[in-house]
Amino acid sequence: MAGGLVYTAVGSEAMATAEYYGKAMCELGREHPEVVALTADLAGSTKIGVFGKEFPERFFDVGIAEQNMFGIAAGMAKAGLVPFVSTMSAFATMRVADQIHADICYQNINVKIIGSHAGTSFGQAGSTHHAIVDMGCLLTFPNMTYICPADGMETVNAVRAAYETPGPVYIRINRGFDRILYTDTEYGFRLGKAHTVHEGTDITVIACGSCVYQALQAAKSLEATDGLKVRVLNMHTLKPLDVEAVQKAIVDTRRIITAEDHNVINGLGTAVADVIAQYGKGCAFKKLGHPDKFAPIGLHEDIMSMVGIDANGIIDAVREVMHKDFEEDDSWDDEV
Amino acid sequence: MPLTKQEWLDLEAKANQLRHTCLDTTLCAGSGHIGGSLSSMDILTILYYKYMRLKKDDPDWEDRDRFILSKGHIGIGYAGLLCDMGWNDPAQLKTFNLTNSKMGVHLDSNKVKGVDASTGSLGHGLSIAVGTALAARVQGKDYMTFCLLGDGECDEGSNWEAAMSAGQFKTTNMISFVDRNRLMMDGPTEDEMKLEPFADKWRAFGFDVYEVDGHNFKELADAIDKGYAATEKPVMIIANTVKGAGISFMENNYKWHYGAIDQDLHDQAAKDLDEYYKKRVERVEREAK
Repeated sequence: MAGGLVYTAVGSEAMATAEYYGKAMCELGREHPEVVALTADLAGSTKIGVFGKEFPERFFDVGIAEQNMFGIAAGMAKAGLVPFVSTMSAFATMRVADQIHADICYQNINVKIIGSHAGTSFGQAGSTHHAIVDMGCLLTFPNMTYICPADGMETVNAVRAAYETPGPVYIRINRGFDRILYTDTEYGFRLGKAHTVHEGTDITVIACGSCVYQALQAAKSLEATDGLKVRVLNMHTLKPLDVEAVQKAIVDTRRIITAEDHNVINGLGTAVADVIAQYGKGCAFKKLGHPDKFAPIGLHEDIMSMVGIDANGIIDAVREVMHKDFEEDDSWDDEV
Repeated sequence: MPLTKQEWLDLEAKANQLRHTCLDTTLCAGSGHIGGSLSSMDILTILYYKYMRLKKDDPDWEDRDRFILSKGHIGIGYAGLLCDMGWNDPAQLKTFNLTNSKMGVHLDSNKVKGVDASTGSLGHGLSIAVGTALAARVQGKDYMTFCLLGDGECDEGSNWEAAMSAGQFKTTNMISFVDRNRLMMDGPTEDEMKLEPFADKWRAFGFDVYEVDGHNFKELADAIDKGYAATEKPVMIIANTVKGAGISFMENNYKWHYGAIDQDLHDQAAKDLDEYYKKRVERVEREAK
């Protein structure tokens, strides 16, 4: 998936996720002359500025005017270019929802959107800059593909996949440094297919973004302390959702927890709940995420801890759900 | 490309034909945005039948000139033109707005051939046009991009973001128009949300502005020619128009922004259009050199 350049973890601790994005974009730009980039006064913050330095004639900073930026991108895509639009998730969704809906998704055109500073990764900035409702907005737009990478390497794969996938694609990445889940890009990323980062048969944790690393830590810890085998699925693509992986988790483990740095309403948890409800098999289920409240101000990992989407919060949730008894339900296989 | 007398007469005949088509389509659809369609019809006509570089046998030709209809609600007027170009079956006009019709109030670029952008949500078109013009620059292509805005939609702030960027990026490969019919859905623009000094606003955002009679092909042609000659600033043509132009009971009446007609009103309107055409041809005879 990564194409010409395979990244390795050497020195990667020193790279913010957005820097992976910037490097991946430069690589894409060298291969494809129709790739252009736009930002709204965030060339530095979103790291797309490196593309601008290498391809100044294919880079457009439109000032602090997101609606215009998305409209311009739509015009470019209709004319045959492949624009990548970078701004903070909070402004790449709510402020421009009408442009994404009418100009981009309705026409089903090749605009790729990179929403940075996702979730509460810019926690200090407060709720104006938190993005915990973007899935609720964009997952309901027809034609939209939605990717929430877990770290820098996965962001590289997401950028590649976005280019290779016709139509609108949204990529949700965090501000600053993510915990490293993948040490290179060759781990088997497939758009629309969950990646199993830890095998297990007792319970499944389905996570996206920064919660995947936390879920993996929880799984390792629970194996050592409780003897539990926790399956962890990295559901990097929220749309199209890997319905089969969720159904398999229902059948194999009968207990599912979702974890996301997003409102528990209309995000990953809701998408998974839809699959469970329609599958018709009883399944213990718990959603972890922001509890339909504006998040507090603070450091990202502090906020994750406060709302229970860090490793400790996931461990607590696993223990709670493991105590729900489904094992004596002999007729489970016959349920509709 | 100065307008010859014969061209002027040909454009008058074409515009008359398209006004009648719009009226007939409105009768089939039961109702529609006929007022704003008629105020824009001469602008649409001169662009498609004199200026735009197009291929009748290939509406998707990649080097074609582009047209972005920012005031997307006048699909009922624009659709007739897109059929007349040979790109869509005129039979579709008979089922305009009906369930499962390809054509509805706002034309869909994925369903109607020749539509360069799906519009309808106001205040979007100028940004799309700037993007189209910038794409031509990136691709090294010489096609022109035209954009038509309604005056009422200029209340939307996104237009002014787009205007600023057109000035900043010097998109001189783009010519824009505002259909200045001075009426929006709830009343006169100047009563509801004042636009004046309108030309000065565009100038302040980096445009060269030409104000013309939007129902005079000679004045429109002169302004468009200046737009082609632009090298420093993008051009905005403020076309002063009459909402419902050509139909006496609709003219300058904001209630005909969107209205319904029956056969009697249709027939009365058709007579008005014939009379309107006659007067316009007489004007060409007087004024054309």
